[in-house]
Amino acid sequence: MLDDFLVRAALAGIGVSLAAAPLGCFIVWRRMAYFGDATAHAAMLGVALSLTLSTPIFAGVLLISLLMAVTVSTLSGRGYAMDTLLGVMAHSALAVGLVAVSFLSGVRIDLMAYLFGDILAVGKTDLAIIWGGALLVLVMVGYRWSALLLSTLNPDLALASGISPRREQLVLTIALAIVVAVAIKVVGVLLIAAMLIIPAATARRFSRTPEVMALMAAIIGACASVTGLTFSYHFDSPTGPTIVCVVAFLFVVLNAVNTLTRRMGRHFRSGQQVL
Amino acid sequence: MVIQTRNLSVRIGKVPILSGIDLHVERGDIVTVIGPNGSGKSTLLRTLIGALKPSGGQVIREPGLSIGYLPQRLHIDETLPMTVKRFLQLPHRVPYAEIQAAMANAGVPGLLDQQLMSLSGGQLQRVLLARALLDKPGLLLLDEPTQGLDRRGASDFYRHIDSARKTLNCAVIMVSHDLQVVMRQSERVICLNGHICCEGKPEVVSNSAEYRELFGFEDEEDTLALYKHRGHDHSAGCIREAG
Repeated sequence: MLDDFLVRAALAGIGVSLAAAPLGCFIVWRRMAYFGDATAHAAMLGVALSLTLSTPIFAGVLLISLLMAVTVSTLSGRGYAMDTLLGVMAHSALAVGLVAVSFLSGVRIDLMAYLFGDILAVGKTDLAIIWGGALLVLVMVGYRWSALLLSTLNPDLALASGISPRREQLVLTIALAIVVAVAIKVVGVLLIAAMLIIPAATARRFSRTPEVMALMAAIIGACASVTGLTFSYHFDSPTGPTIVCVVAFLFVVLNAVNTLTRRMGRHFRSGQQVL
Repeated sequence: MVIQTRNLSVRIGKVPILSGIDLHVERGDIVTVIGPNGSGKSTLLRTLIGALKPSGGQVIREPGLSIGYLPQRLHIDETLPMTVKRFLQLPHRVPYAEIQAAMANAGVPGLLDQQLMSLSGGQLQRVLLARALLDKPGLLLLDEPTQGLDRRGASDFYRHIDSARKTLNCAVIMVSHDLQVVMRQSERVICLNGHICCEGKPEVVSNSAEYRELFGFEDEEDTLALYKHRGHDHSAGCIREAG
């Protein structure tokens, strides 16, 4: 079954969606949408590093993403606003990465594959890395779930309950670095943030508890991956961007439907009152 | 001893907020902290929970102390869906019967399925109190707990705190602006203005020159000037009373 590249691609997409869902929720709740972007952009430097040292791409990307995540976590709240800091680091790292890649002689690199991902080229090893990383992230986030939630809701309440919000933030950023590293093959550097944020944002309107939101985000992400893959196969469109298009489409349609049903519900109720 | 500070000082950035705070609180104590805006009341509570690091001196807690905390402001981000029921179970699960009892005691039994975001200020304060008491804390830290409550609600709230203190035998440290209630309910009042200006039984504090000057009570009728802080000499003799 795994010999079919489409099956491997679908499994890769689902794996990334599952890990991205709970993290994406935290990114939305903590208003750190830019964080995903920044970590992903910095990953380009990791790609350059791996190519220079001829190590697996995954290792270089993971290293740089982790460095980025830890640096930003430590530096934030020391005189620079978080978004300024992220802006400086993300784009510098992306630029340095792109320049470094251009200097690599003798290696012909398909830059597009890293910027937009190449899900159809996912091999069995890639698949193992993606699912390994996804499971690791799910275990990390699952284990710290309540502590993370309380720290997100209010850091002082967390402290009073004996939870260190700084430690939880570190767990979150490390998990984020792992997701970015494993997702690069699937959607690429430029579109990872979309897979983190859009499913979570879509799930928000339909959720009453954080757990439901994370679960819905996972389902939306996984469906979009499979649907996007199918579209891309039939219409020969670039796969990563097609997946993101499907997620974006779901966001618009589900939100519109939600607004409409609410309005109709109100209309119906007020109609009854008149009668 | 539940919690104690020794010569505690706290800076935020480079600005000294608190200095030389010696505090000693036993189980069953109910201590109210009063002081003008910017006098370091919230800073003191946040230092006690460990959110701020002392720049000098130390905070000593009873080993294994569990703390119930009501922040001055709880901003709920609209992106985070959270029912009251789920909120009460953070960070760990609590039997449903206990949750129901806690909500009933706090006077808000019907709110369990509501979104935290949709609560009014007064409802949120009661829910926060219910949550703080669920853990059976040894120390209850309340930062202006009755904001958003009407007079009746506030006195119910204080009564609830007082009964919880008796059943749990916990200590209560509370920041309040409600001077009349403070003078009626507390056993010990600490008048704070960067340092402890005066401390003791409500009658002692309210009769002290420090207190009157701090709250602008030279003219008894002049209640509007309640929080107008007149520069006063910090080295002036402080009135202190043990216990």
